[in-house]
Amino acid sequence: MEGAPLIRIDNVTKVYHAGEVEVRALAGVSLDVEAGEFVAIMGASGSGKSTLMHLIGCLDRPTSGRYFLEGREVSGLNRNALAEVRNRTMGFVFQSFNLLARTSAVENVELPLVYSGVPAAERRRRAIEALRQIGLGDRLDHHPGQMSGGQQQRVAIARALVGGPRLLLADEPTGNLDSRTSGEVMALLRGLSEAGLTVVLVTHAPDIATWTSRVLQLKDGLIVSDERRAPIAAPQPAPAGAIGVRP
Amino acid sequence: MSPWSVLRLAFRALGRNTMRSFLTALGIIIGVGAFIAMVVIGEGAKARVEEAFSSMGTNLLIVQQGSSSQRGVFGGFGSQPTLTWDDLKAIQTELPSVRHAAPQLRTTTSVVSEEQNWTTSVTGVTPEYFEIRNWPVTSGVSFTPSDMDAATKVVLLGQTVVERLYGTGADAVGQMVRIKGMPFQVTGVMARKGQSPMGQDYDDAVFIPVSTYRSKIQGGLNNYLHGSIFVGAFSPEETSRTESDLRNLLRERHHLSGEVDDDFQVRNLTEIASAQEAGTKTLTTLLASIAAVSLVVGGIGIMNIMLVSVTERTREIGVRMAVGAKPRHILAQFLAEALSLSVMGGVTGAVLGLFSAWRLAAQFGWPMLVRPGIVALALGFSGLVGVVFGLYPAQRASRLDPIEALRYE
Repeated sequence: MEGAPLIRIDNVTKVYHAGEVEVRALAGVSLDVEAGEFVAIMGASGSGKSTLMHLIGCLDRPTSGRYFLEGREVSGLNRNALAEVRNRTMGFVFQSFNLLARTSAVENVELPLVYSGVPAAERRRRAIEALRQIGLGDRLDHHPGQMSGGQQQRVAIARALVGGPRLLLADEPTGNLDSRTSGEVMALLRGLSEAGLTVVLVTHAPDIATWTSRVLQLKDGLIVSDERRAPIAAPQPAPAGAIGVRP
Repeated sequence: MSPWSVLRLAFRALGRNTMRSFLTALGIIIGVGAFIAMVVIGEGAKARVEEAFSSMGTNLLIVQQGSSSQRGVFGGFGSQPTLTWDDLKAIQTELPSVRHAAPQLRTTTSVVSEEQNWTTSVTGVTPEYFEIRNWPVTSGVSFTPSDMDAATKVVLLGQTVVERLYGTGADAVGQMVRIKGMPFQVTGVMARKGQSPMGQDYDDAVFIPVSTYRSKIQGGLNNYLHGSIFVGAFSPEETSRTESDLRNLLRERHHLSGEVDDDFQVRNLTEIASAQEAGTKTLTTLLASIAAVSLVVGGIGIMNIMLVSVTERTREIGVRMAVGAKPRHILAQFLAEALSLSVMGGVTGAVLGLFSAWRLAAQFGWPMLVRPGIVALALGFSGLVGVVFGLYPAQRASRLDPIEALRYE
């Protein structure tokens, strides 16, 4: 749908039942994200930021309210349809990298393509290409255990990008990295954003949020501030350039 | 995902834990191996029994003398002469269900060649006897009608007797032997017959015309037939009819009415053989069922390990789901692992089972009979076990919540 925002969230709530106790993780959140935005979701633990992230990532469904992705309502889809949406539109980067152990970098990067039915040779070609662009062309056959944290997170980013997503979701992507490596990873995400990819990241670290162009603050399941601004941190030259990004 | 890549994935996952995969498959290996070995050995034993009975004679019935009793002590069948030569003639001529009937009279005495002697069973028979017992002469000739009429002193030697008297492989035809001091000419040698079901050596015997036996060995003429009558029926199915015909005829001829017991015994070898076979079959079925149970136990082992594996790899499942794996992809992945385990176990078990059956068959001298259907059945069953016991763990994996799975420590 032309003109519609990439993400439109309309008065969404999420209620968990922990035994007898009802937990309102999201208490009515509305949010639009335009294509190409670089958004940080901040908040204390328990503020609902992870829940919001899971809903945006189609890993979970809202209790009430509606969610439109590229103008299409996805809040009512079943597990199979959600899997397909994740596979075709999203890339995920996690705090703990979540690479498959004892599996080579190239095979880790191939994983999303396996489930979208790309033939093996094409899969391999695209995975190698993604790793080259991210500067890991010489680590294709390394297993996660043989790589540093920064390298592992870059493999994870390559895996997130290989399917050509519209939206990159990063859950505390620098949480397990030292500050220098964090800077490298953020510069990489920034470069992707500048090339037109929409990036949403969850963080509790204010200095990480400074890399972004929009900061949301959550508290008790509600958005308490929504700040758009020019990024402060000096953009470092991104090593990756515009890999796998659909303009 | 193509079935091929699902299978490759399964093999890689199993290869990461070679020892565990092997131990898990061991249950199936032992189950299938034992099942196949039991069935193949059982079939071999059955064939052995069949062979042993058919070497006694085809469609064979044996009529024996009645039992004597003196002051309440029964002497057993054959202890009292009740069969007469006229009975034999009547059996031969009056019963259409009888193909051949021949007398067998025998005694144990020594047979003496020029250099050796050997104590063996000297048996008086007619040429039909060899027909009934399906026992040809390999070299030389059988008795001629004139031998029978003239009570000629000719003898046919069994293989064991040839070996004892003349050495292995010697040609005994034309030689002279002495039986009870009388010279007999060897006119032929019998084919090798082997052992009876009870282990008695059939080849340890010599045969002379029954007329010669009666006049030269037994001494004197007698109305009673001091031996048994071997009767050949036309087919295995007809042996029971022949049996009742024989019984009716003999009861009539012996003037036995109403409640009086038979003074003779008819043994139906076909029935004895099928009873023996049924016994073998029961034993085989019993052992194969035990093996099948161990196959099921092996399946439970697979289920156990698959559940452990699903728990261990919860995070992997979460990652796969996050990047777009549908529940059915996860289901297929874990089902393929369970199936690969059980089928590889099945194939290994089949090879081991056939090998051990072959070794045992070689050891006992049994024939090795492998019906392809049995191997297919065992493999199919092991595959089924893999699916049945792999389904529950695979379903658990496919129903995991991606968020929970990603958080799992």
